[in-house]
Amino acid sequence: MLLLTCPCCGVSAEETEFTNGGEAHLKRFGPGSSDADYEAYMFARKNPRGVHFERWRHAYGCGKWFLMARDTMTLEVYGAYKAQTTEPPADIQAKIKARRPEWEGYK
Amino acid sequence: MTRYSAFAIAREAMRQHTGWQKAWASPEPKAHYDVVIVGAGGHGLATAYYLGKNFGITNVAIIEKGWLGGGNTGRNTTIIRSNYLQDPSAAIYEKARSLYETMSQDLNYNVMFSPRGVMMLAQTEHEVRGYKRTEMANKLQGVETRFIGPAEVKRLVPIMNIEGPRYPVLGALWQARGGTARHDAVAWGYARACSAMGMHVIQNCEVIGVESVGGQVSAVATTKGTIGCNKLGIVVAGHSGHLANMAGFRLPIESVALQAMVSEPIKPAMDVVVMANTVHGYMSQSDKGEMVIGGGADHFNNYTQRGSWQHIEETVRALIETFPMLSRLKMLRQWGGIVDMTGDRSPIISKTPLGNTFINCGWGTGGFKAIPGSGWAMAELIAKGEPGSLARDFSMFRFREGRFIDESVAAGVAH
Repeated sequence: MLLLTCPCCGVSAEETEFTNGGEAHLKRFGPGSSDADYEAYMFARKNPRGVHFERWRHAYGCGKWFLMARDTMTLEVYGAYKAQTTEPPADIQAKIKARRPEWEGYK
Repeated sequence: MTRYSAFAIAREAMRQHTGWQKAWASPEPKAHYDVVIVGAGGHGLATAYYLGKNFGITNVAIIEKGWLGGGNTGRNTTIIRSNYLQDPSAAIYEKARSLYETMSQDLNYNVMFSPRGVMMLAQTEHEVRGYKRTEMANKLQGVETRFIGPAEVKRLVPIMNIEGPRYPVLGALWQARGGTARHDAVAWGYARACSAMGMHVIQNCEVIGVESVGGQVSAVATTKGTIGCNKLGIVVAGHSGHLANMAGFRLPIESVALQAMVSEPIKPAMDVVVMANTVHGYMSQSDKGEMVIGGGADHFNNYTQRGSWQHIEETVRALIETFPMLSRLKMLRQWGGIVDMTGDRSPIISKTPLGNTFINCGWGTGGFKAIPGSGWAMAELIAKGEPGSLARDFSMFRFREGRFIDESVAAGVAH
């Protein structure tokens, strides 16, 4: 059971109050894009063993989407941040690097 | 390898069981094999077995980071059925089910296949319509299923409450020839047969890198040294994405935790498998008497082999309405496995962007039932370099081409 804190409203709650929205920071390819680009956006996933950047929604709370860095091997949450962000904030990246020196970066 | 038989048991009984041999050898890896299979779970071992049996390829290593059948092969609820809606799924699962019928004889290893019948409950009007449609599709596919009414459900499973206030039982899709098998024995039986053909089953050997030259894999780096290969098969279920990252491509797969549990053993109470997809629980009784219960998967990426508590609660809560006697049972064990979910919830048996590398994955929450059929199709793909009729529709490139095998929506199966 994950215990998460919503960065939008500040409420801490169990994971049942939230819904997971899959991998974050995907570049969207829509109509007119190539099949390969669309497939990469729509289906192909990093699915890493380790640090994962993902979308969550505080569904039974404030209702806002936000982004989060979490470890899929330990379930440790490194930090949550606003959805209106194109890449993970520097302080969260630094925290991950300190916890997991072998981490190769979010790209 | 000495054959197991009634005579062997009698002979060993006479000499205090001192003559039994190890079921399979545990050799050190050679520098090079014709085919290396990564993953010695059911699917990987079955692939190797049919490579030897159907194609005569026996210079094969099956490498496993843990122990045999310690992944999803040993963590599932052992249900075997083939009542799928779409033709490609029905074909491969029915092939698997039919191979299970003769597996004990074929492998000379008792896998305890028990065709006790699988019942998928219809608890909403929508499910009734869906299963009647599946019944018709199964008729065309040559899969024997029948839609039965509540009275027959009650006759087959007397402990069931068919008049639940929330989800009354309106009928069920009944596959009399479905059932269960002992999951560990499937892995052990295949491993023993592979070893007898001269293949190397190498446990505690984790792949840590994939070496490729000019779009072809030349070797895998492992914790027991570098192992060269002419062809590579990746059959690692939940860790498929991890292996694909090593090989330099991405898959349409996300890995999540799926949980199961068993109760304390009780006297025989239910002699069929019951799946209740509306409330998301499925149950059978093992030969030891435990009620074996599975539920729904978590929704976030996870490699920890443990899931969230609320899914246990949801599963038990759902089943108690349909099986009131469960409310007095204690649960003995609970565990999780990491399942590989594809975008359309159907598996992948496919060529990859690397010329001599093939992948078998994406079985998600329903891989155990498919083991022999999956191995059969994967062996053909590896041996010939092209998919046969069973594997053709399960290419990983179907997502780019929009040719989904849409079981998740159409059949209402437990995913």
